[in-house]
Amino acid sequence: MSKVTILGIESSCDETAAAVLEDGRTVLSNVISSQIDIHTIYGGVVPEIASRLHCENINGCVKKALEDAGKDYSDIDAIAVTKGPGLVGALLIGVSHAKGLSLAKNIPLIGVNHIRGHVAANYISHPELKPPFVCLIVSGGHTHLTIVKDYRDFMIVGRSVDDAAGECYDKVARAVGLGYPGGPKVDKAAKEGNPEAIVFPRGEVKDRPYDFTFSGLKSAVLNYINKANMMNEEICVPDLCASFQQAVVDSLVSRTMNCARAYGVKQVALAGGVSANSTLRAAFKAACDSEGFECFYPEPIYCTDNAAMIAAAGYHDYLAGVRDDMTLNADPSLKL
Amino acid sequence: MKLLAVDSSGRPSSVAYLEDSVVKAEYTTSDNLNHSVTLMPNLKKLMDECCFGMGDLDCVAVAAGPGSFTGLRIGIATVKGLTMADDIPVVKVSSLKGLAQNIGSGFVCPIMDARRGQVYGAALRDMEYVIEDSALTITDFLALVSENLGDGEKAVFLGDGVPVHKELILETLGERAEFAHDELLLQKASSIAVLGEKLFNEGKITKSDDVVPEYLRIPLAEQEKKEGILEDAGVHSLKKIAKGNRK
Repeated sequence: MSKVTILGIESSCDETAAAVLEDGRTVLSNVISSQIDIHTIYGGVVPEIASRLHCENINGCVKKALEDAGKDYSDIDAIAVTKGPGLVGALLIGVSHAKGLSLAKNIPLIGVNHIRGHVAANYISHPELKPPFVCLIVSGGHTHLTIVKDYRDFMIVGRSVDDAAGECYDKVARAVGLGYPGGPKVDKAAKEGNPEAIVFPRGEVKDRPYDFTFSGLKSAVLNYINKANMMNEEICVPDLCASFQQAVVDSLVSRTMNCARAYGVKQVALAGGVSANSTLRAAFKAACDSEGFECFYPEPIYCTDNAAMIAAAGYHDYLAGVRDDMTLNADPSLKL
Repeated sequence: MKLLAVDSSGRPSSVAYLEDSVVKAEYTTSDNLNHSVTLMPNLKKLMDECCFGMGDLDCVAVAAGPGSFTGLRIGIATVKGLTMADDIPVVKVSSLKGLAQNIGSGFVCPIMDARRGQVYGAALRDMEYVIEDSALTITDFLALVSENLGDGEKAVFLGDGVPVHKELILETLGERAEFAHDELLLQKASSIAVLGEKLFNEGKITKSDDVVPEYLRIPLAEQEKKEGILEDAGVHSLKKIAKGNRK
């Protein structure tokens, strides 16, 4: 059987990206045009600026992805494009562009769920990984604990009832003056700190053992800072970051392990932007080792937003015969 | 000469096909704001009915702005996707001039509601610019029109700014103001096609990679940052500085 070649396009937030994948696992090219420097000035992603930059960069990304892969439009079996969730104006650039290209070159079109893309990033980094596995998806906008029963069959076991884990990182980073993006900055500062210096709460949701809550933790951190400011006490930023991060990681890892144990699943994976976090990866690996689970997480480049993961997820939709028509639209609040 | 025209700058989503100065067909959907859903099916119908593929085209003309930021980007991102593979030349047409082409002669004032108390407006006499495309208050715009309108000359207003500002226009210009008929009031891709053909013949083409909208405005966050109103504008932190504390 000849290989299936998918062009992936991603524009859901602040990265314009395109990639070419073979058989859903082999990355032939992976182009990412990041806007992070510009959004950093504003302390977060400004939707209108993100949309403008996507519109400027989209052709260049797609062309470079094809060039790097050594492929022509006629080699592409399908275009997989992120249809949601994300910023609507940003998503619309990728979706509109993909529809235009699909119609012009008569290439089948597949709209892909961005969160499923994050999960599929694991197939790129781990060619041997096959469902079923437990997957913890953590990013700026999402915290989901799922069981991936098959490539296209997800069971959501738990989710955050308030802030996403990544969102919480951004807020804490801002409060201690580390700025945006919070995840990598807090992680870096935490390396110099003592995770047991300050005891922050590990929030639990009553009667829902697999759900997450981070609002209590966030308030505790902000209260700690306010109190220190009032007393004119200096805050040890590394200790605060390390202690905060430990609380997040404990919540994430304990529920994931409980879930895998309860459902009898022996493979456990991480996905999403926050899965690039070194402390989370280390804690996750240690917990899996002691439980006897196999542990998976994508290489850092496939943790943050990219189009290779969109093509990887689109590949399984392609095999299942999923095709979208010219009415494909962006869905900013698309569910997993 | 085969040309496809696209206009999604305002409420209508419209596509037209022109062959040797003749508009062969046009599809316009204006009861649905969702251009992302209407534009491409309309284009597919047009291609099927007029029997052309993208490879047959000499050029694609697009209403490049001003207008709804999202609407403009849907049209332009679509056109970039349509044209990039075969390097089809793109012609950017002013969406205001496109509106004026609905009337085509005389003193025409296209105005689009730009929110924030402004309109996107222009004035053309026999399709030559008298007032360039601008974002300004309706009061300032009408003052400019009054200055430029000749003795006994009448100005025809059209665009989605008309229903919003009709009273003020009449108050300011009285009998010197006229209004386009309803069927000509809003954007039509056939007008973009006619203007696009002219621009193409003049060699005013843009490469697919370089096509971006003419917004006429910087993003609000950038504006507020400059004015010192805004501290952090990111999606995770909409935080404005209280009025009293502004620098």
